[in-house]
Amino acid sequence: MDLNGLPRVPVGDWVDAGVDWLTDNLTWLFDGVSAFMSALVGWLEAALLFPPALVVVVAFAAIGLLVRSWKFGLFTLASFALIVSMSMWEAAMSTLSLVLVASLITVAIGVPFGILAARNNGFSTFVRPVLDFMQTMPSFVYLIPAIVFFGIGKVPGVVATIVFSMPPAVRLTELGLRQVDKEVVEAGEAFGASPSRILTRIQVPLALPTIMAGVNQVIMLALSMVVIAGIVGAGGLGAMVFRGVTRLDVGLGFEGGLSVVILAIFLDRITSAFGERASKRTSR
Amino acid sequence: MNDMTHAIEVENVYKVFGRKSDTALKMLREGHARDAVEEATGAVCAVIDASFRVAEGEIFVIMGLSGSGKSTLVRTLNLIHPPTTGAVRIGGTDITTLSPRRLRELRTSTISMVFQHFGLFPHRTVLQNAEWGLEVAQLPAEQRRVKAMEALELVGLKGWEDSYPGELSGGMQQRVGLARALSTDADILLMDEAFSALDPLIRGEMQEQLVELQQTLKKTIVFITHDLNEAMYLGDRIAVMKDGRIVQIGSAEEILQEPANDYVEAFVQDVDRSRVLTASSVMEEPIATILRREGPKAALRTMRQRQVSALFVVDPGRRLVGVALDDDVMKAVRSGEHSLDPITSSEVPTVTPDTLLADLLVPSAESRLPLPVVDDGKLVGVIPRVTLLAALATGSPNGVADGPADDGLAENGTPPATVPGSPESADAEEVSE
Repeated sequence: MDLNGLPRVPVGDWVDAGVDWLTDNLTWLFDGVSAFMSALVGWLEAALLFPPALVVVVAFAAIGLLVRSWKFGLFTLASFALIVSMSMWEAAMSTLSLVLVASLITVAIGVPFGILAARNNGFSTFVRPVLDFMQTMPSFVYLIPAIVFFGIGKVPGVVATIVFSMPPAVRLTELGLRQVDKEVVEAGEAFGASPSRILTRIQVPLALPTIMAGVNQVIMLALSMVVIAGIVGAGGLGAMVFRGVTRLDVGLGFEGGLSVVILAIFLDRITSAFGERASKRTSR
Repeated sequence: MNDMTHAIEVENVYKVFGRKSDTALKMLREGHARDAVEEATGAVCAVIDASFRVAEGEIFVIMGLSGSGKSTLVRTLNLIHPPTTGAVRIGGTDITTLSPRRLRELRTSTISMVFQHFGLFPHRTVLQNAEWGLEVAQLPAEQRRVKAMEALELVGLKGWEDSYPGELSGGMQQRVGLARALSTDADILLMDEAFSALDPLIRGEMQEQLVELQQTLKKTIVFITHDLNEAMYLGDRIAVMKDGRIVQIGSAEEILQEPANDYVEAFVQDVDRSRVLTASSVMEEPIATILRREGPKAALRTMRQRQVSALFVVDPGRRLVGVALDDDVMKAVRSGEHSLDPITSSEVPTVTPDTLLADLLVPSAESRLPLPVVDDGKLVGVIPRVTLLAALATGSPNGVADGPADDGLAENGTPPATVPGSPESADAEEVSE
């Protein structure tokens, strides 16, 4: 290939070498992470699939009713029943547990990083381009090293999902904390509160609506990534959609896709309801 | 002032923001102007060489326009903005040397603060807001509640404790801010433009409430404002700031009457003098007086000599007994009465030396006589209506004090309204002859 006289920069080789080094030296770590994640996903999936499907559907409908309204409860009941009768239930619960575990880990890592970024300008400027990179890199690319490190299955799916959905958790946490009125923080300081008390009693509660918007974004991104992860054997609805694509089975692909949409609507409405509650409390 | 204990001593405090603060500081100390320093270094010189002392129980006002550094200066007092250099002594201890932990203790126990935009916690109830300082001090829940409720009651917010700040009006929100500051029993109160965000009517109310509270609480208050009238109304002493420097410190009257430079003079030009100057600054020596034991005949003689139609009756030691009017004196002389007592009316409106001129207007308008200024029962001066009007018109109490005296009006002591009374005085003269 014509390089216009420029030397070939072997970026790919370097990354390969780095990945090789990691697989050679950190196998114990990857194995540990792998065991932990697959246990978590497996446990949640088993718990969701243990009772009869309709019982779980009714339970979800109850959550919808309690968190939002009877209308949403009714919608949940009907739409989840549809998933069951499309015989997508097992795949949907598998996907749901993957999304929940990935989101939980993402938030557990992303929110503290966001807090750090809000308190430290240096860290904030360092982390910004990293987040941009994570968000704009085509998401398929994460799957490759994830397979190398964790093999085929659910775990690489979870890991790729975590990397892909991390940015909004960090960004919106930082934004939320920085948006807290300076005078309110000073009022905390002026009465002798320690930085950790100011953080937990003032800043985080006041930033909660924004943080919750971040959590909502994380879950949505996770859901979109989880379908892609179906390609690498993460199973669930992703596998259904992928099978539909490879067999040119429009019906199967659509049923899988519709189930994803139903899950997305449910998760989005539930998490945004939590966010609205938080903002009602802080803006009063 | 020297024999008083100083609650706060600030010595050569500088606060420079920015990376090259050291260079900026050096340049400032070498006497470079602020603008030049800021341009050369890119630093922001918010406070330059501020020194002042605040006595215990004093309301010390720091006044200046926005950007003058006053809000930064007040934040150096509790180290929310630690000074770049200089000492801040609270009760004799230089707090810039305290450990973070000791500093937090000081903020919890000794210095509290009220903010311009209230700085309330919107996610906590009014009571929980008022409890904040006590919660930080780790008081047991029951004590916290009791003390916070006391503070809320003090500021007139009883019954609102379970509301959220967002449900309250601006004035009430700032009362919550005040209650939060008072609940910790801190001796020092920093008030950063505490009333500036309120509308004028509520602001006036809050100022009055603060003055009222201060009479019983006797806190040391550092009050920041850009409003000169507010500064003059509240401040025992006022520091005027411009471009980061304190340009003058003095009482309201000192600043009004002896402005340190053109800036202060221009600043005070628009001030409402009637709300700053007091009776003592315009009152005159009482001349139309008579001792109570002298009797009606002597009274009539004095009136004729001094050409007045009324006399203030005093005891030895100048204790004001009342006022005797010319027609009553005349009748007493006719009927052969020997004592002034039956004709002395004790129903005289009096004012004290520290009554504001604004508060003299109504009594002065309602009375035919010059207003007697009474200090602890003693007649220390009188204010004829012309004197008061002239003081308000010219704005120079010094000029007024001798102005009316020149044309004899002050001595006459007769307000214009009593002019129709002069024929009576003539009658009285006839009678006595």
